[in-house]
Amino acid sequence: MRKINYKTVVEAVEALCLKAAYELPEDVENVIKESLAVEESPLGKSILKQYLENADIARNKRIPICQDTGAAVFLAEVGTDCFIEGGSLTDAVKQGTAAGYKNGYLRKSMVEDPIFDRKNTGDNTPVIVHLLETEGDILKLTLAPKGGGSENMSKTAMLKPLEGEQGVIDFVVKTVTESGANPCPPTIVGVGIGGDFEYAAFLAKKALFRRTGEPHPDPRYAEMEHKILKAVNESGVGPQGLGGRTTAFAVHIEKTGCHIASLPVAVNLNCHAARHASVSI
Amino acid sequence: MPTKITIPFDKDQLAKLSAGDEVLITGYIYTARDVAHKRLCELIDTNKELPLDLSDSIIYFAGPSPAAPGRVIGAAGPTTSYRMDAFSPKLIEKAGITGMIGKGSRSEEVIAAMKKNGAVYFAAIGGAGALIAEKVKSAEIVCYEDLGPEAIRRLEVEDFPAVVAIDSTGRNLYETGPAEFVKF
Repeated sequence: MRKINYKTVVEAVEALCLKAAYELPEDVENVIKESLAVEESPLGKSILKQYLENADIARNKRIPICQDTGAAVFLAEVGTDCFIEGGSLTDAVKQGTAAGYKNGYLRKSMVEDPIFDRKNTGDNTPVIVHLLETEGDILKLTLAPKGGGSENMSKTAMLKPLEGEQGVIDFVVKTVTESGANPCPPTIVGVGIGGDFEYAAFLAKKALFRRTGEPHPDPRYAEMEHKILKAVNESGVGPQGLGGRTTAFAVHIEKTGCHIASLPVAVNLNCHAARHASVSI
Repeated sequence: MPTKITIPFDKDQLAKLSAGDEVLITGYIYTARDVAHKRLCELIDTNKELPLDLSDSIIYFAGPSPAAPGRVIGAAGPTTSYRMDAFSPKLIEKAGITGMIGKGSRSEEVIAAMKKNGAVYFAAIGGAGALIAEKVKSAEIVCYEDLGPEAIRRLEVEDFPAVVAIDSTGRNLYETGPAEFVKF
């Protein structure tokens, strides 16, 4: 059993918060460049160019890519042969996030209570940690800071099983096009299919952690991703919802088995500033 | 080439702006988000004095990230505007604002108030927070400091890039723009 020091995790998380906020990942920068080649709207092109310029300024001058440095959403892949010594993983992630958001001058965007007071906690906690078990003795943490604008446009539906592929496609396309400018398009569309009500939503979020534009390993689902992307990009919504050919950069589906009576679907949208950063300890 | 415009706008200048025009804005603007809007409207409803003079002013829907040492401001892009739709007509009609900067379309009520009062709605580029930060020359909190990032700030901006999204005649680029490219 490999021991991982609590403080090591805290420090790694702090560094992750800064990296995610300032450095647009290469895969996202690449899809923006690819879209520039196909975008027909002059204003759309101008906006895509400003996204690239913004990413350069953010990286070089250490200014957050977006002022909404998000809720801190972590995917923690925990090897079964390792454990944290000196405290819980969740506590370490929370402590590292609070330090990162303070020391990196990132915006604290979390409130204590959702209804009453809505007082800002001042350190961007609580954090959201999804734990996944993996083989081996490595702890891999991926942070995807999640902005409010795109999160607010996300939806779930409990479809009838026989609505099948077309039912899912229609629901996803409708969700994306109706959200218009609000989620800061072009978006990355995370789709969770199967499981149950809440697991479909988790899968939709997990889909956003995939390398941008990488297709689903099952060719049937890769084809569905392609169909949805094509339909979404025919909507005309375009960059910032002001018209154009690029409404989404990519569609990622994650799926799992489900009850005979159900076909749960969830759509979780990510803005064009699809920030994510990983560390393996 | 984008048109350079300066604040305070005069009504003739505003009337000339047309949905789809790219502009560079120079002058003073005020940031405000959900709670600040609610507080201002409560003061208007109870006939109390506002903590700042908003006549002929521009409200920017934004909550910047904190300034690092040696900087004026952190990232400073727009937030989604529809959350302010319930409050904007009152601020246009009673407080005299003539412009708003945000992102995303607005309600019919907001557009009606804009047409009646000759106001303009600009779209700033969401997710371009670092780029916009470079255009902010000074920033100070005016009121509601307790709201943290959501306090009302007075920003001095120079060549702030934006697009006329809804002009004073009610022409809406969020409708006409996508309609030009839709295939179904």
